[in-house]
Amino acid sequence: MNERSPTTPVVGAPKSPVIGTPKSGDFGVRHGYHSSRLLSWLPPLAFLGFFFFYPLARILVTTLDPAVLTPDNFHITLSALRFTFYQAALSTLLTLLLGLPAAWLFARFDFPGKSLLRALTAVPFMLPTVVVAAGFNALLGPRGLISFLFPLSSFQFSNSLTAILTAHVFYNTTIVIRIVGNALAQRDLRLEQAARSLGADGARVWLHVILPGLRPSLLAAGTLVFLFDFTSFGVILLLGGAAFATLEVETYIQALHMLNLPLAGLLSAVQLACTLALSALYTRAAARTRVQANPRAVFESARLPRRRSEKLFVAGLVALLALFLVLPMLALPLRSISRLEAARGERSRVQYALTGDYYRELFVNRRGSLFYVPPIRAAVNSLGYAGLTVALSLLLGFPAASALARPGRLERWLDPFLMLPLGASAVTLGLGFILTFNRPLFPQNGSLNTDHWNLLASPWLVPLAHTIVALPFVIRTLQPALASIPDRLRDAAASLGASPVRVWLAVDGPIVWRASLSAGTFAFTVSLGEFGATALLARPEYPTIPVAIYRFLSQPGGLNYGQAMAMATLLMALATLGILLIERLRIPQAGEF
Amino acid sequence: MKKLSILLFVFFFLLAACAPQGPAEQAMKAPATLTVMTHDSFAASEEVIAAFEQAQNVKVTFLASGDTGAALNKAILSKEAPLADVFYGVDNTFLSRALEAGIFEPYPSPALASIPAEFQLDPSNSLLPVDYGDVCINYDKAYFAERGLPVPHSLEDLLNPELNGLLVVENPATSSPGLAFLLATVAHFGDPGYLDFWADLRDNGLVVVGDWETAYYTNFSASSGHGAQPMVVSYGSSPPAEVIFAETELEDAPTASVIGPDTCFRQIEFVGVLKGARNRALAEKFVDFMLGQQFQEDMPLQMFVFPVNPQAQLPEAFVKFAQIPSQPARLDPAVIAANREQWIAAWTETVVR
Repeated sequence: MNERSPTTPVVGAPKSPVIGTPKSGDFGVRHGYHSSRLLSWLPPLAFLGFFFFYPLARILVTTLDPAVLTPDNFHITLSALRFTFYQAALSTLLTLLLGLPAAWLFARFDFPGKSLLRALTAVPFMLPTVVVAAGFNALLGPRGLISFLFPLSSFQFSNSLTAILTAHVFYNTTIVIRIVGNALAQRDLRLEQAARSLGADGARVWLHVILPGLRPSLLAAGTLVFLFDFTSFGVILLLGGAAFATLEVETYIQALHMLNLPLAGLLSAVQLACTLALSALYTRAAARTRVQANPRAVFESARLPRRRSEKLFVAGLVALLALFLVLPMLALPLRSISRLEAARGERSRVQYALTGDYYRELFVNRRGSLFYVPPIRAAVNSLGYAGLTVALSLLLGFPAASALARPGRLERWLDPFLMLPLGASAVTLGLGFILTFNRPLFPQNGSLNTDHWNLLASPWLVPLAHTIVALPFVIRTLQPALASIPDRLRDAAASLGASPVRVWLAVDGPIVWRASLSAGTFAFTVSLGEFGATALLARPEYPTIPVAIYRFLSQPGGLNYGQAMAMATLLMALATLGILLIERLRIPQAGEF
Repeated sequence: MKKLSILLFVFFFLLAACAPQGPAEQAMKAPATLTVMTHDSFAASEEVIAAFEQAQNVKVTFLASGDTGAALNKAILSKEAPLADVFYGVDNTFLSRALEAGIFEPYPSPALASIPAEFQLDPSNSLLPVDYGDVCINYDKAYFAERGLPVPHSLEDLLNPELNGLLVVENPATSSPGLAFLLATVAHFGDPGYLDFWADLRDNGLVVVGDWETAYYTNFSASSGHGAQPMVVSYGSSPPAEVIFAETELEDAPTASVIGPDTCFRQIEFVGVLKGARNRALAEKFVDFMLGQQFQEDMPLQMFVFPVNPQAQLPEAFVKFAQIPSQPARLDPAVIAANREQWIAAWTETVVR
């Protein structure tokens, strides 16, 4: 029963637990506790089992071939593994370096344009890699803004490790901002005040009060970022050039360009094993740093910068975020309304003119093509898929996260497996889907057309695939928040006569709501920007915006490029609006307890 | 709180309702259905497909399945219960592997009679040629003219020190035009002579990127990305595409192809009837249709490839701006299949590691 030490010590200050009063064991255990726990595991496990583990197991078993274990293949696997770890560790470090101050900025201070900037920082997360590459190129490329301003700098951006790391930080900073920022926003300021009044200086407060309280969210964010970089694909392929290959890229090459499925299987098995090991490490570390505190409302901790140093910090960081996260994105809308001068072939000095042609052209099916997509329909498809993904991943992620927030033996076993979808190679999983779902789910006899029961031919497969990717994010976002809800608040409410429903609404509700919004944002962006699975699984009649962007970019010509930029701008606008909308749903009285 | 969450759910379900509906309704009405699996570069005119549908009283569904390798994998993995009746998009670099997998039914279409023998690479007629395209080096005409640089006419010309750092190619491990260009050098210099050529090319400032999109739109100086390299491995049909998709009307194409002997590699794309096709007769009709004049004339402007059927007329932009090499590099598909991995691995060792 009493598996966990009731006096979970605060790491960093083991002798004087500043946070979290001793919890009275599993005092609140009621009858039927375990069966309800099993019940809450059922939906997410059934979903992942059927749509993730089963197809994955099938493809791995099918491609299993002892003949693949040759020294050459070991060499390929090992060198890919080495580089994968190296770049992921470096990227994670850099992401935390930018993400932590940014999280502090958003949690601690109010400033004009805060919610817009906060929403904009989440947009990179869903941009297709081709679009990001174009943005960075417009800025840092051989004829980009930087080399225009500093003509003598022979700065080689693409095809370098710098490009890979920059893109990873660009993509993943939002993870740190959101997960750590959430924890920062609801931490108990009174603890810091108490520490200060007891004579602790700034550094001591950080070291012994703030950081220990952040440990769970730091771990969660760090693990997510690391795993995301670990399985990085598009960035390595498009920005890294030919010299770099991660496990994921090597899997893709072997499976789709060499048709060497056994080696692809081996590579993805190695990648899965690493993901599992990393997740298990995370689970162990997280179990040791569980912290309960009195969560506070956001408005309590965020305020205008007062001191000079604070103002400098805010201004500097806002400028840095704008420069690094927003400027590369800004290049796209600019390009989507500017046209090169007509006789492009006859002069090397480029001249720009303003134009709305690219947007107008989006609405014209100039060549009477069968697969022409009106932009509105692509947007509706994208939003439909994203909405379904948000709903599905929250519905499935919530029960799992609440069980994980109070882990027992079962949870500690299951926890690492929930992260596996992040470590599965998209190519391998896609092939597993094909192997598994290529027949009707409910076979009908007779001559009736059974096509629409064939999951593989159905548009529903796309949101299902997106949910698999989004689920780890949703769970990891919800879990630290749920774990931070102090039992004694619940107990207090209950002892004051609140019904269980009321307890939930008054105590859990506000915290859960705030975390759900973050989780929903992740699911929304994951789905909106996803391309790989969509390209493999979607039907051409229901293309998403990223698919439409790729269609334009796959043919030469200025009009195609311009239309791709216009579509990308549309995608960014849609994402920004969606995120702003989701964040507006913050209830004003949140934290009123 | 409660109200808001209900609102949220209503919002999501509304969104869900907007989501695309399954094709159930159409399937019930249509007299027969035919499914064609393709790579995602496939395109056709609405009216051309509609003509086939009307003539045969059939509803054609296209299943785009990623790039050529992904689509082929999809077809092979689902061969027990085929997802489609027809598969389009196997090229000559994948031909042998596709035939080995045994997923196609032989079909000696009567339409083959008018197709030149040079395109018919499969004697069993399981895979029938539909179109071809040449992977060639495109160059920026203005860049070469302004600087008075010599335009290369052969692979050897690329080693000219004046052209140092001016060529961008795609990684053959991750890009199909990249592989095609590697094959052109193998055909010209032989094995292992091609490796010496690539080592020299590397020393002459070769730039390698992962995919065609990056090479063309980020690195190539004549595209809208205006990059740093005035030469790129692309297609013989890219110059007409630059004219057709220009922002404003162009008198002349801003780019041209290097079409000297062995500088281009000819890619041929094939179609086949899948084993276990639900509707074999209609599948064969569709193959005939793809080889017929109407579809063949539609292809150039939709997919930027050339028709294999000599009766098909080329659109004006193609006649004016597309150059067809008289002596493209060729390799036997069986030789490609046997050496593909080894060539790519040796290339990687030589050029990028």
